[in-house]
Amino acid sequence: MNTNRIVGKSMPRLEGRGKVTGQALYVDDIVLPGMLFGATVRSRIPRGRITKITFGPGVDWNEFVIVSAKDIPGKNCIALIDDDEPCLADGKVNHPEEPILLLAHPDRRLLPQAVEAVSVEYEPLPAIFSIEESEQHSQIIWGADNVFKSYLIEKGDLDAVWERADYVVEGEYATGAQEQLYIENNGMIAAFDPQQGLTVWGSMQCPYYVHKSLVKLFNLPAERVRVVQTETGGAFGGKEDYPSMIAGHAALLAMKSGRPVKIVYDRMEDMAATTKRHPSRTRHRTAVSKEGKILGGEIEFAIDGGAYETLSPVVLSRGAIHAGGAYSWPSIRIRAKAVATNTPPQGAFRGFGAPQSLFALERHMDRIAQVIQLSPAEIRRRNFIKPGETTTTGQTVTEAIDLGKLLDRAMEISDYSAKKERFAKENRNSTRKKGIGLASFLHGAGFTGSGERFLSSVVGVEGCAEGSVRILVSSTEFGQGTNTVLCQIVAEALKVRYEDVSIARPDTQEVPNSGPTVASRTVMVVGKLVQSAALGIQQTLEASGLLGAIYSPEEFRAAVRAYVAKNGKLQALARYEQPEDIVWDEQKYRGSAYAAFAWAVYVAEVAVDLTSYSVSVDDFVALQEVGRVLNPVLAKGQIIGGIAQGIGFALYEKVIWQEGRMQNGQMTNYIIPTSADLAPIRVYFEELGNVHGAFGAKGIGELPMDGPAPAIINAVEDALGVPFRSIPLLPEDIFDAVANERERERFSPVAGDRR
Amino acid sequence: MIEPPQSHTKCEISFQVNGKLVAVRAYPMERLLDVLREELGLTGTKEGCGEGECGSCSVLMDGVLVNSCLVPALQAKGVNITTVEGLAEDERLHALQQAFLDCGGAQCGICTPGMILAALHLLGKKPQPTMEDIREGLSGNLCRCTGYAQIIEAVAEVGRRGIAG
Repeated sequence: MNTNRIVGKSMPRLEGRGKVTGQALYVDDIVLPGMLFGATVRSRIPRGRITKITFGPGVDWNEFVIVSAKDIPGKNCIALIDDDEPCLADGKVNHPEEPILLLAHPDRRLLPQAVEAVSVEYEPLPAIFSIEESEQHSQIIWGADNVFKSYLIEKGDLDAVWERADYVVEGEYATGAQEQLYIENNGMIAAFDPQQGLTVWGSMQCPYYVHKSLVKLFNLPAERVRVVQTETGGAFGGKEDYPSMIAGHAALLAMKSGRPVKIVYDRMEDMAATTKRHPSRTRHRTAVSKEGKILGGEIEFAIDGGAYETLSPVVLSRGAIHAGGAYSWPSIRIRAKAVATNTPPQGAFRGFGAPQSLFALERHMDRIAQVIQLSPAEIRRRNFIKPGETTTTGQTVTEAIDLGKLLDRAMEISDYSAKKERFAKENRNSTRKKGIGLASFLHGAGFTGSGERFLSSVVGVEGCAEGSVRILVSSTEFGQGTNTVLCQIVAEALKVRYEDVSIARPDTQEVPNSGPTVASRTVMVVGKLVQSAALGIQQTLEASGLLGAIYSPEEFRAAVRAYVAKNGKLQALARYEQPEDIVWDEQKYRGSAYAAFAWAVYVAEVAVDLTSYSVSVDDFVALQEVGRVLNPVLAKGQIIGGIAQGIGFALYEKVIWQEGRMQNGQMTNYIIPTSADLAPIRVYFEELGNVHGAFGAKGIGELPMDGPAPAIINAVEDALGVPFRSIPLLPEDIFDAVANERERERFSPVAGDRR
Repeated sequence: MIEPPQSHTKCEISFQVNGKLVAVRAYPMERLLDVLREELGLTGTKEGCGEGECGSCSVLMDGVLVNSCLVPALQAKGVNITTVEGLAEDERLHALQQAFLDCGGAQCGICTPGMILAALHLLGKKPQPTMEDIREGLSGNLCRCTGYAQIIEAVAEVGRRGIAG
């Protein structure tokens, strides 16, 4: 297994040198000759009809290029799943910050005043702002019932279990919106040439999503739209769909003005207008035997999608499929729905629905443990899913995962049992209450169900004239390590040096569509494909007689040079084909939801200071099985970075809404963890391998977002004896809850009905 | 409301950047960040928030770590500024840049220039910082990718080996 020379080693980040020297060019670093700057006039109200637009005094409007919905040559939409989001509002608005008009000017400094000087008059309509208001149907703002999408997942005979249950445990849990807060704001540059067509450059995850959207918006043939990714300063899902909007805006201004146009958001606009993690509400009702075995459960999972559908159906799908977590459910019924409200559309954020439903489940497991008086570890141990058993969608676990052992190891590393006992004693005489909590969970890698089959991704590897090879994919680098790991895979597959492999810049004119860079799919799915394309190159060289069966890297380079000199081109493509054992029924929502799952047990140790009511995470142990680790330094960086975001999700990051608009859209008042806030995070890997991934890899990027929030809130409950059901959990929430508990003299942490 | 920067006439401001004397014509209240990026083409200095919270635009001004988005151009008159472009000597990376590469301190890279300057400033004050010193010293610079651990490791590594490497 460990005979690999390059895979499994911490090769340095491929584009790292440009990043540490400041030479890497992000979109805002790029200037084109004659370039204008664009800005967006946005809705100030949550819902209404636009009655009048006036261009106020004090601005020389002749100097400005102005674009409205009427300037759109094709369909006024951001093409995604159902194309329901307009590119520019046409007569009505459905959320605050909805784009209405676009302005461009050569002097960037004049734009803020010009945006201010545009006055839009509205006839306001009543608006709704929460899942509950959306369910009550007081206003129908989308479709017939405000529901973007619903799913039903059913397994076993749930109705029969309630009779047999010794306990029925209920709980309701909620999570708030979360801002991705990539440090590079969103931005795009567009140029339009009547002959060549449209080109956009910018910060993005998915060049072909942007491409698809522009083709529809401009009604242009596909070959006359070109999308190029620039160095991208963080994304986390936040640059999955919204870049299509900004690209469309910049392109409309470029077409009208005949000059290149750059739109780069400032922080406040980025936070107020672009997508965030969907707020969620999850209700659990679980039948449990007195031995602590789950007999069955009902889960209602609802997410707030904002004003347009955008990605909500797929976020909902992943959240619903993960709602049963890493446990065996003899019977279950999961009802999931995504509803409309008059807030800006919510979107993708690392984990994609799973952090929401897993927060609920992992809090609920602790609640079940209390009710039947087992330890949190023991209730989990008795219900872990095992190889040969089936998930909630009926997928048989084929991997040799032993979650009991994973739990044992995490408890041992974190000294869980001894600490739990010690804290309980010490807390009696201390105002700094300590607690320890755990979460066990899974995350499916790649697109859900038939998603990968529909994507039908294509990758290429080509030989270059000077003897190196180059990877051709639309998979983007935005910090995770795409460039490095894909080059490692190809270097390993071809038995050449890491330095002999490069990767093309994602440019739709240069690279095939290897699918979007989302869903923890790049290393596993795209990586496997580039491995296979690389072998195609080797076979071509062997067949041509230029390469023997055993060769040195120098001989390989020579063979590539000779082949390219003779034939002009050396290229191999590989297209995804769904393995036969992965079968999915989209109608019944049954079958193999994911080609592979990553598994984890996380343990958080916290201290709650009862003078400030602040929580500090004092120790964090993250143990996971992610298949083969292809680059230990990058993999560890992914896990720690994800956990830091999870800590923010649990304890710091609160979006404050007022009439559907984010009120704290600044880094001053939307707080993420700093280096001073985070204790060392201890990362451990188990490596079982994975037949579906390159060199045994699975997805890794999203997993670490799922576990921290429940582990931490479970630890806070352990410290205080007070249950918390929603996040973010801020000091003022803890203050209120502790005060309430003190009032309620006879507090009992044990709830639920004994039958 | 803040006065728009162009409400005054431009003036000539000269200062040193990375050891070279430069003279620019800029509005007095223009942000030093914009002068560096747009007038001097030093785009290694990044804007993250525009309000002095994230530290991505950090530069050293006469050895002091400042957020260049909060410094008016006029204030740069006669000072000595170090940006990320001034650290590597030709092909040879600065010890901090190399350590960030080796330890995984840069992911998306957008906070990296500011973070490296904050680290340089810290090491100037405390050549062998403790972990606590590093956590505290970098806490004005936000990173969303790394969770800071590998950045801290990189700075500690340079502390152990010395800046000369």
